[in-house]
Amino acid sequence: MSEQGAVIHDLGYRGYDGPRLSDAQVARVLYVSGLRHCFGLGRSGRSKILPLGLLGLMLLPALILVGVLVQAKDLLGLSEQIVPYSTYPITVQLLISVFVAAQAPVVFSRDLRFRTITLYLARPLRRTTYVLVRWASLVTATFVVVAAPLLLLYVGGLLAELPVGRETGRFVAALAGAAVLSATLGGLAAVVSALTVRRGLAVAAVIVVLVMSYGVVTTIQGLSEETGRPWLGEAAAAFSPYTLSHHLQVTLFDVPQATPTPPTGTTADAWTLVATAVAVLLPVLLLLARYRKVSG
Amino acid sequence: MAVIETRALTKRYPRVTALDALDVSVGDGVTGLVGANGAGKSTLIKILLGLLPPTSGSASVLGHDVVSEGAAVRAQVGYMPEHDCLPADVSANDLTVHLGQLSGLPYPAARERAADVLRHVGLAEERYRPMGGYSTGMKQRAKLAQALVHDPRLVLLDEPTNGLDPASRDEMLALVRRIGTEFGIAVLVTSHLLGELERVSDHVVVLDSGSLLRSSATSAFLDATGTLLVEVQGRADADRALGQALVDRGLTARPGGERLVEVEVGDRSADDVRDLVVATTTDLGLGLVRLQERHHRIEDVFREGLDV
Repeated sequence: MSEQGAVIHDLGYRGYDGPRLSDAQVARVLYVSGLRHCFGLGRSGRSKILPLGLLGLMLLPALILVGVLVQAKDLLGLSEQIVPYSTYPITVQLLISVFVAAQAPVVFSRDLRFRTITLYLARPLRRTTYVLVRWASLVTATFVVVAAPLLLLYVGGLLAELPVGRETGRFVAALAGAAVLSATLGGLAAVVSALTVRRGLAVAAVIVVLVMSYGVVTTIQGLSEETGRPWLGEAAAAFSPYTLSHHLQVTLFDVPQATPTPPTGTTADAWTLVATAVAVLLPVLLLLARYRKVSG
Repeated sequence: MAVIETRALTKRYPRVTALDALDVSVGDGVTGLVGANGAGKSTLIKILLGLLPPTSGSASVLGHDVVSEGAAVRAQVGYMPEHDCLPADVSANDLTVHLGQLSGLPYPAARERAADVLRHVGLAEERYRPMGGYSTGMKQRAKLAQALVHDPRLVLLDEPTNGLDPASRDEMLALVRRIGTEFGIAVLVTSHLLGELERVSDHVVVLDSGSLLRSSATSAFLDATGTLLVEVQGRADADRALGQALVDRGLTARPGGERLVEVEVGDRSADDVRDLVVATTTDLGLGLVRLQERHHRIEDVFREGLDV
């Protein structure tokens, strides 16, 4: 042995007798890593551009609206938000759709494409936990993107001295709507990503489905209003996550309406609630069924 | 206690029976699981991990039932799959740390152990690079590292030498041997190449079409075959001259390849035959270079087993 202390000693194999994480802590590790990956954190620099760029684009209109509200409230005689909280996600829906479509494959397709799923399934974590945690990561990331501009609008509204009670009520309603919107969008995009291992295909499929469904729903709503059959438009809202989450806010809270045929009456309210439950739960059940077939 | 124990373990698919009433017991050290492709090796490993339910029968790993206590099994077992399973855009270090955490290691411990096992498997600076750019040898090492990171008591290595060149294959086999001996972790290692496991395993289990063909200590596979190998020198046709002389003295002798003479012991005692060979060699004025028992290789046993 050299005396200079410059020798690398081979310590041999060392075991580990220290404490181990509980199942819940392990699930949290998976949740946090999924959430970080949705924003490109812990991945290459290039993979940060799209999610963080979209988040910036989401915030930009809200920032301008807040600027106008704070600076020119009296000049323009404004007494409420220029774009209501409940309408904002519908206005910037393309950005939200692109985000969820592009990031769902990051959480779901990657593990299947590289077959890393085998390494996860060979760990103590249950298959169901893996699927639910992955879903929760994507839904949370989507919620952050949807809710961040709403928070900016809310803070701006308070700065502009809009009525605090009314603004808080509408903001909370919008957060509930954002949560449902994120859960439905996340679930839908997750199912598509888990079914197609090809990333580009999954991204395109999700965007097309979301854009088309919104287009069809608004067309039906417009026609149903003109032809005096509002129930048709109320029912059709269930078929786009954007109109569904908006109708849910109208049903549960007193918020400004953005669709020509808002839900009216108990039947329409019940329809909206049932459709929301289905839209949130069905994708989760499909995901669980999909992963039961993955043998590792 | 047996590390792995299966009882009448059966796995049937609609068209094939992958495992047929398999009774196997595996202990500590390195156990080779040998069989042709499709013999049921990977199916057995997936059942042992609790990832695939058996059709009937039972299996336990480290005392835990694989069906009802799958999570407990997976907490103490490391698995190196046969197929590719490494994300191309992640470094070996990041993946190993992450999977260590998923096996219950707190972050600081996961980092420390990932560095340790990556060093043991021989990944140096490249462990910080995305794995998409790795050679097959480096990928196999990264796959092995993630199987070891949580300090398992048993590792299941599915075809770890697949796709490796001869030098990397030898290094991987040496590593497998070290895991079973120095690291003190029980190893079940599969291969469809029969010869390579006899060098590293203490015990060999041979599967054929989902059934157990043979399970015994590696040394038993290499039993004496009942023949002696003799090498002599002294003149150009030394081996032929000795062979002829031995036949003249009533022994059964034949060319053993590479100028060796193979002598059957037959009903006589091995010592008598040895003495006779030595005496004959001396009488002919030849020099005796080597006189040893001829041993089986695992391939021979396997071939014989299949003929039966």
